[in-house]
Amino acid sequence: MDIQSLVDNVPVEGEYSLEGIDFITSGEQFLTFQLAQEQYGVDILCVEEIRSWEQPTIIPNSPSYIKGVINMRGIIVPIIDLRMKFSIGEAVYNETTVVVVLTVENKHITRTIGFVVDAVSDVLNAEENEILNAPVFGGCISQHYIKGLVNVGDNIVTLLNVQALQSIEPHKH
Amino acid sequence: MTIDLSQFVPTFLEESFEGLALMEASLLDLENGDSETINSIFRAAHSIKGGAGTFGFSDVSEFTHLVETLLDEMRDGRRDIKPIDIELLLESVDCIRLMIEAIKDDVSFEKTKIEQIARLLTETLAVGVTTAKSGTVDPKDNNDNLVVDEPINLQESSDEKVKWLIKFIPEHHLIQTGNDPLLLFNALADLGEVGVVGFSTDLPSLSDIDAEEVYLSWELSLVTTASQAEIIEVFEWVEDECLLTLTRVASAEAAIKNVAAQPYVETQASIVSAEPAETARTAVVTNEADIKLEQTSVASAIENVSVVSAKTSEPSSPTKAKADAGSIRVGVDKVDSLINLVGELVITQSMLSELGNDFDLSKIEKLSSGLEQLLQNTKELQESVMRIRMLPISFAFNRFPRLVHDLSNKTGKAIELITQGEQTELDKTVMEQIGDPLTHLVRNAIDHGIEPAEVRLANNKPEKGTVALNAYHQGGSIVIEINDDGGGINRQAVFNKAVEKGIVDVNSTLTDSQVFDLIFEPGFSTAEKVSDISGRGVGMDVVKKNIQALGGRIQVESKQGIGTTVKINLPLTLAILDGQLVKVGSETYIIPLITIVESLQVRTDFINRVSGDMVLYRLREDNVPVIPIYKLFNIEAVITEVENALLVVVEADGQKIGLLVDDLLAQQQVVIKSLNDNYQQVEGISGATILGDGSVAMILDVPGMITMALRSAQQYQPHNHQAQPQFEGVQP
Repeated sequence: MDIQSLVDNVPVEGEYSLEGIDFITSGEQFLTFQLAQEQYGVDILCVEEIRSWEQPTIIPNSPSYIKGVINMRGIIVPIIDLRMKFSIGEAVYNETTVVVVLTVENKHITRTIGFVVDAVSDVLNAEENEILNAPVFGGCISQHYIKGLVNVGDNIVTLLNVQALQSIEPHKH
Repeated sequence: MTIDLSQFVPTFLEESFEGLALMEASLLDLENGDSETINSIFRAAHSIKGGAGTFGFSDVSEFTHLVETLLDEMRDGRRDIKPIDIELLLESVDCIRLMIEAIKDDVSFEKTKIEQIARLLTETLAVGVTTAKSGTVDPKDNNDNLVVDEPINLQESSDEKVKWLIKFIPEHHLIQTGNDPLLLFNALADLGEVGVVGFSTDLPSLSDIDAEEVYLSWELSLVTTASQAEIIEVFEWVEDECLLTLTRVASAEAAIKNVAAQPYVETQASIVSAEPAETARTAVVTNEADIKLEQTSVASAIENVSVVSAKTSEPSSPTKAKADAGSIRVGVDKVDSLINLVGELVITQSMLSELGNDFDLSKIEKLSSGLEQLLQNTKELQESVMRIRMLPISFAFNRFPRLVHDLSNKTGKAIELITQGEQTELDKTVMEQIGDPLTHLVRNAIDHGIEPAEVRLANNKPEKGTVALNAYHQGGSIVIEINDDGGGINRQAVFNKAVEKGIVDVNSTLTDSQVFDLIFEPGFSTAEKVSDISGRGVGMDVVKKNIQALGGRIQVESKQGIGTTVKINLPLTLAILDGQLVKVGSETYIIPLITIVESLQVRTDFINRVSGDMVLYRLREDNVPVIPIYKLFNIEAVITEVENALLVVVEADGQKIGLLVDDLLAQQQVVIKSLNDNYQQVEGISGATILGDGSVAMILDVPGMITMALRSAQQYQPHNHQAQPQFEGVQP
């Protein structure tokens, strides 16, 4: 075998490896996850990492949905249980319970916060025109957390507004 | 190839600040210095001028050029070095610093003062060489009320327009003798073109102003063909009631150019002043603060001061555009030792990974020695990195020679400043925050501590007062002492004042240190007269607050007639804290060691229940309220009974409380991490840290916990005594 044939056999990066993979799209991408039976999505660019559940350190006198803080490679990251914050389903902690750590810059303040969800599901591509306004009806989740709805097959994914999620209400004394 | 010069601007700024500091120090030393002193000042000014020119800061380079010219004349011996010129140069240094700070913060600077000093410099340069020959003219010279430059008479006959500079400092009762400055100025205006600048530095606080007195002084410029005699004639009637200085400046062309280039501010009580603008501003601020003080309670007074000062200083001082990220100059030796340590760490790491490649139990001893080495490396590395943040305290001490020089001039007291231990190293953050409290204490020492010369002589003390600054390490903390050989604190006066203010009972007996601690109470001042330097009683409490915010302590020792020593204890660094780990339920908390008085096993017979279910523990003479952490923080705990439990007695702001904990764990140094970054401030918690096992532990904020406990006690107890009080502490 001569050197030329070796060179010819080396795949050029980007030529073959991306075939059949759908992450090159024109629209936005969302990481979807499960809260009880419902599907939710957040902007994938905000996702720092996905961790397994670990018992955090309690923050004194904090609301019950703030589970505490954990050490993420030397950074102190608060953990919020989205199921409790939105009153969806049971706040149980098992093998599939994960923490989605989101980082977002809001008014020049960058915050990293972990959110407890039942399970992560998929990555969703959605064009601007596929995102529908949420109907203004009751429901447990306050309107300002919701960015819009996307129809995926027969199901609906609720896209969440990450900036709104990141804002922390001051403790009540 | 073009080079982007802007990347060197920070270096230029930093070097300029160093140059300015050198200029200032050498100027103070100039009177008894040799030719090398003036040379070094000249060189510093020259580099600043050159740098500023290169980077296109024309304001700075033009101004510095004037300074440099003046220095050049002094250096060549063409000009005598006079105290008044040194003062002018010192103010010029302030101006350059102001400009460079403005460049650093990317804001515009206040032009008025700089133009004024620039004008003074030009004028000094213009008359300079003649004056050097014919003797000096010092406007501060009070012996003769009317001082006129002699050589000017020689040129009197010429019809050329001449610019005169007239300093007019009337005595307070000028108006009562029937004279009005305005009429004088109008009369001058008949002679030629008049420009007026008013100075309000002597203006007392609003409550002390007598409407029939004159507190202002003026500097007038007059461009005229009139002779000197004609000008003096205008002042004929007030000659005996004012200090008048008449100086010929330059020929009319130059003068007119000056007038056009530097518009004068019309006479009014504005903050245009020959004093550093800062001082004038402080004076105004304190005046307003005083008015507020009368209306509001003492407790809120401090807040008012800060609010008012923020408001009043706004128009005159450019607000900082952005927070300063700051930079540190680090010695090469420190970096070298760091590199060595990292090298050792890499060696240890490769040894350990080698060991891990084919590990069996026979190598366990090697592993443990390797881990030992790793521990050693990490420890040394940590210490070394910490040392990078450390700066010698001379950075904080450097400002004091100038301060003492200025205050000494202002108060007329001769003062010698002695500094010791300038090489003692301190964390940069601590250094930045200790500057203001130290300045305040030094001002206090000079204004209240050191007596006037005649009193000193009468008490067999040397005429010259001494203020000594001393810094040294003691254990894990740094001690800064401010010592003066003045009159000391009048113990009785402090006590009487405290009784008058209702802070202590008239019959109570206090130790000396307890009495001296009273001066840190808000609104406390025993000074008989308030000056613009100090004495308003807002200050010492702020000093104490600032030092406590740094985790430090302050204490005062004083002997009447001999002197006062203020001792400040500061932690070496803010990033690391010595803590006591305690367990409450499943949680580990860290109590800062500095707040802990003692930890003890509760003895049942020392427990008392008062006012409902409040639990007090008798600790010698003190009754310490017992506060269970689990209740305060609303968490689960193993031990909920006070009896036989463990109590950690902590103290903050003079209040002791006993924290009920499940267990005492190790004492260790912890690295403080902020909760604010990703969350928010939590009451009762000052931060968090990461423990050896990777878990997060909260650091307790003892003053905050005391506030919390007080608040819940107030909320729950007055309304319903039958209801479950928040802090009864025990399950019966």
